[in-house]
Amino acid sequence: MTTNGWEPVVGLEIHVHLKTRTKMFCRCELAYGAPENSRTCPVCLAHPGTLPVPNRAAIEATIKLGLALGCRIAPRALFHRKHYFYPDLPKGYQISQYDVPLCSDGRFAVPAPGGDREIEIVRAHLEEDAAKTVHVGGESGRIGGAAHSNVDFNRGGTPLVEIVTRPDLHSPEDARAFLQLLRQTIVELGISDAEMEKGTLRADANISVRRAGERALRTRTELKNMNSFSFIARGIEAEVARQVAVWESGGEVTQQTFDYDAATGKLRPHRTKEEAEDYRYLPEPDLVPVEPPAELVERLRAEVPELPSSRVRLLMDAHGRSYESALFIGRLPFADLFREMIKAGWHADDAEHALMNTFSAIDVRPELENLAELYRVYAVRHELPRPVVIEATSASSRAGFSAEPYLAQRAVADLSELDPVIDRILAANEPQVAQYRAGKEGLLGFFVGQVMRETQGKASPQVVNERLREKLKS
Amino acid sequence: MAISRDDVLHVAKLARLALTEDEVARLGEQLGAILEAVGKVSELELDDVPPTSHPLDLVNVWGEDEPRPSLPADDALANAPERDGDFFRVPPAAAVETP
Ligand SMILES: [Zn+2]
Repeated sequence: MTTNGWEPVVGLEIHVHLKTRTKMFCRCELAYGAPENSRTCPVCLAHPGTLPVPNRAAIEATIKLGLALGCRIAPRALFHRKHYFYPDLPKGYQISQYDVPLCSDGRFAVPAPGGDREIEIVRAHLEEDAAKTVHVGGESGRIGGAAHSNVDFNRGGTPLVEIVTRPDLHSPEDARAFLQLLRQTIVELGISDAEMEKGTLRADANISVRRAGERALRTRTELKNMNSFSFIARGIEAEVARQVAVWESGGEVTQQTFDYDAATGKLRPHRTKEEAEDYRYLPEPDLVPVEPPAELVERLRAEVPELPSSRVRLLMDAHGRSYESALFIGRLPFADLFREMIKAGWHADDAEHALMNTFSAIDVRPELENLAELYRVYAVRHELPRPVVIEATSASSRAGFSAEPYLAQRAVADLSELDPVIDRILAANEPQVAQYRAGKEGLLGFFVGQVMRETQGKASPQVVNERLREKLKS
Repeated sequence: MAISRDDVLHVAKLARLALTEDEVARLGEQLGAILEAVGKVSELELDDVPPTSHPLDLVNVWGEDEPRPSLPADDALANAPERDGDFFRVPPAAAVETP
């Protein structure tokens, strides 16, 4: 995408909480929403003399993610200490990975109408999350005016994977599309809930712009704290527009960090740093290297399921779905349902409509057995009108749903609505009725057409046929 | 001295240490001596030697993902300078900005 001859250049840094049972370096249980400071121990509170023990499940989850992202798995990876002082980091350093991360040099393909967009993954490394700080007092909980801060160490030490992309994204929409598909991939790998609202997936963007055709990168800025996919797209859009305006007015973009304020749609400068970051990385002396055994890597490779990108691609290419729809339907279990519906004779538009209308509401969870039964019934009873089956798709999530009785009931409801319509149409067309009764049976199509028009296509043509024949007999 | 006064002040600031003039001079000398001693290594031909990250010849020491009991909140908070309910109460975050 270029605007006025300017091309956005965007890279992303994504943090994902791993869904392990325990923390990264101690065996405190992870429990989202547990009472504050009820999941701590001497290790995650950084008492002197304690030693970290890495969580095997977290290491495996990271390798699995790396494999799904096409990364090289390091034959020997190290943990490093990254030093800074903040109340949410009791040790005074975060255990992270530095020059030899577990996963590096991957690529992730995002299906797009004009062909896949390849996004290079620089690295995916494993670290521990900081504790949660709550700012108390001052103006509306903002850091600046807080009277004091409260720290809850339950989250401190949660295994966190950081994924870094190359600046291969060139529009806010591409960034959003990439993130949505990456999130879906992570969810299906079963390694994280990756929910932005819960903070188990967080994304920062680094952004610059350049003249179309320019090779070199210009100064970039960083955008932090965007907590939904649409805010990320909007934040990037706002920052791109700002930078273009700066360059076009003869100014110069300076390295800076912004927060995106979703309420106002404005960018707010993040804290200014007096000096460049100086984290004094050093190899964590309390941890030995990780050398993933080949058998382990191969076992994890075999565990990587079919990835959503291939389903999304198929939905776009073979079924003509848009990216947004394909992303939605491409999720499990919807992808399987969609396949069943197409097999049962649905038009792809109707199948998409049924699934998206019913299940884009957050609180509606698909009852898979009910749905499977519904589509089985549908496959042998094509005469059911689509709007009825779409309604049945919605109804299938409710308790006590069963396809056969539901559809039978609907058929009765149809009849009680249908009969008065048929009576009205027969009464309004007496000459044609007489002709039909005199043997001109070809007129049946005329009556069916009238009824279908009157019911706006909601009636089943087969049922209309039967009812008309019956009524015209008498 | 292999380390400048500015470097000493920079490192002290990162470590949140307030040093007197005397201490700056003394630590500068000591840090310089350490750097000089470590610098001896660079006199060797080490192009083919992989960096040592750990003195022990061990790899893949990890634990199973099985929860163990955590501390009761009161124990966890026993050393807290201040507490607010079951939170550790700390100075406002703006006052402790990271470097
Ligand atoms: Zn712990």
